[in-house]
Amino acid sequence: MLHNLRKHLADPVVQPSRRGFLKLSAGAAGGLLIGAAVPLRSAAQNAQTTELITPFVHITADNKVLVLSKHLDKGQGTATGLATLVAEELGAAADQVEADFAPANVELYANLAFGAQGTGGSTAMPNSWEQYRQAGATARAMLIQAASSEWDVPASDITVLDGVVSGGGNSATFGALAGLAAQQQAPSDVTLKTPDQWKYIGKTFARVDVPQKSRGSLGMFGMDEQPEGGLVAVTARPPRFGAELSSYDASAAMEMDGVMGVFEIPEGIAVVATNTWIAMQARDALELVWDEATGETRGTDELIAEFRALLDQPGSPAEPRGDAAARLANAAQVIEADYFFPYLAHASMEPLDMTVLYDGASAAFWGGSQLQTTDHMMAASTLGLDQDQVEINTKWGGGSFGRRATGDAHLVVEAAHIGKAWLDAENEARPIKLVYSREDDIQGGYYRPMTLYRVRAGLDTDGNIAGFETRIVSQSIISGTPFEQFLVHNGVDHTTVEGIAPTPYSIPDMSVDVHHPQVGVPVLWWRSVGHTHTAYVMETMMDELAEAAGRDPIEFRLAYLDNDPRTAGVLRLAVEKAGAVPEGLHRGIAVHKSFDSYVAEVADIRMREDGTVKVERVVCGVDCGVAINPDNVEAQVEGGLGYGLSAVLREEITLTDGEVDQFNYPDYTPLKISDMPEVEVHLVASTEAPTGIGEPGTPPIGPAIANAIYAATGTRIRELPLSRHGLA
Amino acid sequence: MINFTLNGEARQLDVDPNMPLLWALRDELKMTGTKFGCGVAFCGACTVHVDGFPARSCQTFIGDLEGAEVTTIEGVDTDAAKAVQDAWVELQVPQCGYCQSGQIMSATALLADTPQPTDEDIDAAMENNICRCASYVRIRKAIHRAAEIMEA
Ligand code: FES
Ligand code: FES
Repeated sequence: MLHNLRKHLADPVVQPSRRGFLKLSAGAAGGLLIGAAVPLRSAAQNAQTTELITPFVHITADNKVLVLSKHLDKGQGTATGLATLVAEELGAAADQVEADFAPANVELYANLAFGAQGTGGSTAMPNSWEQYRQAGATARAMLIQAASSEWDVPASDITVLDGVVSGGGNSATFGALAGLAAQQQAPSDVTLKTPDQWKYIGKTFARVDVPQKSRGSLGMFGMDEQPEGGLVAVTARPPRFGAELSSYDASAAMEMDGVMGVFEIPEGIAVVATNTWIAMQARDALELVWDEATGETRGTDELIAEFRALLDQPGSPAEPRGDAAARLANAAQVIEADYFFPYLAHASMEPLDMTVLYDGASAAFWGGSQLQTTDHMMAASTLGLDQDQVEINTKWGGGSFGRRATGDAHLVVEAAHIGKAWLDAENEARPIKLVYSREDDIQGGYYRPMTLYRVRAGLDTDGNIAGFETRIVSQSIISGTPFEQFLVHNGVDHTTVEGIAPTPYSIPDMSVDVHHPQVGVPVLWWRSVGHTHTAYVMETMMDELAEAAGRDPIEFRLAYLDNDPRTAGVLRLAVEKAGAVPEGLHRGIAVHKSFDSYVAEVADIRMREDGTVKVERVVCGVDCGVAINPDNVEAQVEGGLGYGLSAVLREEITLTDGEVDQFNYPDYTPLKISDMPEVEVHLVASTEAPTGIGEPGTPPIGPAIANAIYAATGTRIRELPLSRHGLA
Repeated sequence: MINFTLNGEARQLDVDPNMPLLWALRDELKMTGTKFGCGVAFCGACTVHVDGFPARSCQTFIGDLEGAEVTTIEGVDTDAAKAVQDAWVELQVPQCGYCQSGQIMSATALLADTPQPTDEDIDAAMENNICRCASYVRIRKAIHRAAEIMEA
């Protein structure tokens, strides 16, 4: 029976077509800025309307300005950032502006940095900076044209301020003019405000989501979807990544009140019930026999031994400079160090979820989609539908840190399999919410890759760096995803070496080489991706080299930042603002450029009597170009370094015989309020185009703390987390 | 059949008495302000008040609630709650927001008990409310700010 079931349900997991992806990318690139101007409706429709509807901005008759975010907002404030750009150029009053998410539509809503709709790499604001301001300015021009024709006043005499259009003694709200504005020809060219005219950008614009998020976030998260007639699904997945099911018995589960069905799907056994708790109880009642011989059976100890062996073998070179080996051969002293970074789970507060409604001819999904284009393509191909028969409705993300952006769209695919299994069992179509428990989330893979390093760094007799060799062993995040052709070159996954190859330090003789071993544990980008380890290695080594050279660690760094004034600038700023080291505390510093933003962190720590570390204060210098919303930049740096600190203190995923050892928060312990330092954030005043801030606060915190621990104890920490050393 | 008071209204629920309050609220009553984070009383996302005290609804069982008064984020409206919610907006505390129902319920209970909390009081009361976005700097400031608002 199992065999028949399998045959019935086994859909091969469909990979997105690379060519399809590229074609979409090219199309999107051509259609970009037109999107800002083209009304979504025909002229005839517009003659009837009382609203102005463009892809990024809707102005309603009741005078609301709704900004459609093409990006997922999972706490990083992007929806507010985009709303700020539109409000600025439109001349809206802040309290009339709301935000919602755009549908999946790659032609209108591609991330201009990717050519696909998606959010990541701290690109949301940089890629939208021109586009959303143009969208606001276009809508404003259409309102002015409408007022001009209505009042018979020249457009040049009409002004827009705080949501009111005025001229020639007349005035009107946006809402009153919206219908007429929709009938105007969108201008082909608009002039954006100059920085001296900005009212919101670089100043204050309250988060659009915060009032609702202070009152229960009702209706915002995918986990909170409660559609009429909705059901819940949980899936029993293999205990080892890639393991196969031999047999199962669902009879006890099927008898439980509230259980609506048990289905074999490619991912495992899905239980569908009326209530999440009942679904979880029924899943526990399944009798499952997994094939012990299949799947990844190595534990982390075996993997570490295999990775260590690779540290002795040359890997694929990434951007070599000069001749590191020759310099090292003649160096006055050579420091050799191995580093270890564990697998890390994202463990967002909202466990993963995805709601599906599939009726055989069309499908709709609701959830925190972070790569809408891949989710859209994979949902359609899994269900054998065209993309225009599939809707992806993006919900606010209860955190993500990278976890909701998967090249294989596994969550949407699994939800699709459940929707299909439900319908194939001759049920009436109903919305089904696939829910991950916390255990599913922590044990479910897609981790920050476990990463080992070997570094050899030399100094000459004058205390200058004489050769810097780095070897990295880390699974590739990108291989096998639609991004491979863009981000993997000559055997080097760019996301593994970003931050060290190249480094902003002008070290003349430097080599980085890489091994990407194949392991059955799925890996993924985790807030700041490769920078999570490259910054740690670079910044602890710079400290160590400065000390071995008998030089001041700040002066030593600045000597190698002659070509990078912005990195040097944030370092100087943070050090100056931090002042003297307070009595009884120990200081470490680190500076790192990631995602085109620059962050220096000065960490002051106290050693508790029990030998553990308490981080008391972190002072940050930040340069992210124009800070669109300075308060949100500060919040992201606070949160970004807190997220990094959490990992540095206690986070580690380990495996025994291929099974993940951690289950839930108690054994994957996140940062608590008593762990959190005071944080001061100082921004560099800048006129450069804005760069991202969701991730760049994370990389410097680990090395800053490690350098402070060295100052306190004389020990160099080269294996994380600190709990391995009794330090947390 | 269990009788209890929910946000000031008498309610009856006919579910398995072993069902955690969290899932009765979310999936039976469709009240989703109370969040699911861990299910094991560790993260605090599901915090409600039972008879005025903070409780983890994921480990509070319907069968134990006969006659109890339950308050959720949807219904909390004491002076402390209003001050906390105003301070949360003023200091722009939430990032993703998913933990914040629980944070607000815990902070409200703290202030009802200790109107002028010290940092140590805050750590003790809030230690088991995880914020994965690490909005802790602002949570701390906002609790102090709410205490000021209440005093004024
Ligand atoms: S869900 Fe109840 S404490 Fe985490
Ligand atoms: S705001 Fe995201 S978990 Fe607290």
